[in-house]
Amino acid sequence: MKDINKIFLIEENRQVGPRTWFLRLKGEVALITAPGQFVNISIPGKFLRRPISVSRYFTREKGLHLLYNVVGEGTFILSKMKPGEELNILVGLGNGFSIPSDIKKPILLGGGIGAAPLLQLAYDLIENGLRPQVVLGYNTAKDSWGMEKDMRDMGLVTYIATLDGTTGTKGFVTDVIKEKELKYDYFYACGPLPMLKSLSMLPTEGQMSLECRMGCGFGACMCCSLETIKGSKRICKEGPVFKKSELIWK
Amino acid sequence: MDLSMDLCGVTLQNPVIPASGCFGYGYEMNQYYPIDILGSISFKGTTLNARFGNPLPRVAECYSGMINCVGLQNPGVDAVIARELPKLREVFHQPIIANISGFSVEEYVKCCTKITNEPQVGFIELNVSCPNVHGGGISFGTDPGILGELVKEVKKVCTIPLFVKLTPNVTDIVAMAEAAVHNGADGLCLINTLLGMRFDIKTRKPIIANLMGGFSGPAVFPIALRMIYQVHQAFPDIPIIGCGGVSTAEDVVEMIIAGASVVEVGTANLINPYACMEIIYELPSLMRRLGISSLKILRQP
Repeated sequence: MKDINKIFLIEENRQVGPRTWFLRLKGEVALITAPGQFVNISIPGKFLRRPISVSRYFTREKGLHLLYNVVGEGTFILSKMKPGEELNILVGLGNGFSIPSDIKKPILLGGGIGAAPLLQLAYDLIENGLRPQVVLGYNTAKDSWGMEKDMRDMGLVTYIATLDGTTGTKGFVTDVIKEKELKYDYFYACGPLPMLKSLSMLPTEGQMSLECRMGCGFGACMCCSLETIKGSKRICKEGPVFKKSELIWK
Repeated sequence: MDLSMDLCGVTLQNPVIPASGCFGYGYEMNQYYPIDILGSISFKGTTLNARFGNPLPRVAECYSGMINCVGLQNPGVDAVIARELPKLREVFHQPIIANISGFSVEEYVKCCTKITNEPQVGFIELNVSCPNVHGGGISFGTDPGILGELVKEVKKVCTIPLFVKLTPNVTDIVAMAEAAVHNGADGLCLINTLLGMRFDIKTRKPIIANLMGGFSGPAVFPIALRMIYQVHQAFPDIPIIGCGGVSTAEDVVEMIIAGASVVEVGTANLINPYACMEIIYELPSLMRRLGISSLKILRQP
């Protein structure tokens, strides 16, 4: 019997970008086993939970870091919650990223808030003796909440793309790959669907984390089904991370 | 404390049953708690052929509930028999409720024929109401004549108690109950979801890709109680599987008082995977507070 239903204490809930908040929580995270998994947060006054990907987790210290954009009423209410308040959270949901044994030069590609889970992944890749390159894409320079600094602090070569060219390369993360002639043998990506669709053209295999509106977050309601080459999959259960070669883009 | 309830002569160990579509085929939920404690399981709506279902988004938030429009995604009855039921039977040893759907009388009949003799399937639950599927414009559960004809044909091939799950999206629920009962239904399940809709005020478009969907959750509880009560008053001898917005042990008791023999818990499972377990564990202490030792006495004749 697995108790995924946990109470977390808010230790910090701070605005770090125009739409972005950093949420530091204390609670039992032992059921989180891979970067790219997500948690499903019960928001006071809202019926459905809000799925948010794990940015960092610390099993021994019982720490959980989340980054979220305020996009609607649920995340707005979350942004008003204060340290000392508690949240009911389902933990350890989804499959998460995996690290194939034969990769040597991975690249991490993040789009907007989608980059959040790439932070834990970067740590895990380094622990596995790999040094990923990082490309983070934003609409504009102001949208960044500073993840590039976290990545560079780990000694990772990190590039930025902005759609309006206010910092880094003007364009998409794929424009950085072209401009800097980046070499890689595997990619990890998380970001908006149009970005992931364009990454499906990359020559190497990779893993992509998808997001969508969910009902339950643990596979019961079938509200997040996706057609893949291996048949119907639930983004919340068999995903949110899928191999590039599994996905069908229409 | 006696939690057991009788359903068409079959004794269920308690009245708490996950509703169809909120628990998959059950066995995956066994990782969260031992599902063998449940009274029964109404499995994911199953059709003759496999269905992928509707495009995303399939879900929208509401006050005290949600709208879903999954579109009866399921692997088809043959795959359910070959792959899903054996996995469920490994971890669940109570009678199973087979929830089946179709888009023509023939489809329902074929689907029922295949599943009715499966081991451990104790009841058929005929979904005549799912409002989120286009079936050539036919909605079996909203016309007494069409509903009666369907029930009559399915009853001919059904070898176990046949329950008809009624849609609340009708003017007169008792007329629909009557059509089902007079054509051979052994029991009724009510209610299914209410047809609902939400819009995104920024894009001005419906949130659900298929425009409309089934509204469920605590908000529909009073409507379910009213319809169960009306049907139970009209047909006191017909067993009723109550369903609609149940989230607590108190809700279960209230629904049995209204006329339900057993109670399905649906949407509550989706926000708390342990909902049914918590209700079952809570029932004995609630019964002590109410001064009753058996749930059966709650159902008014």
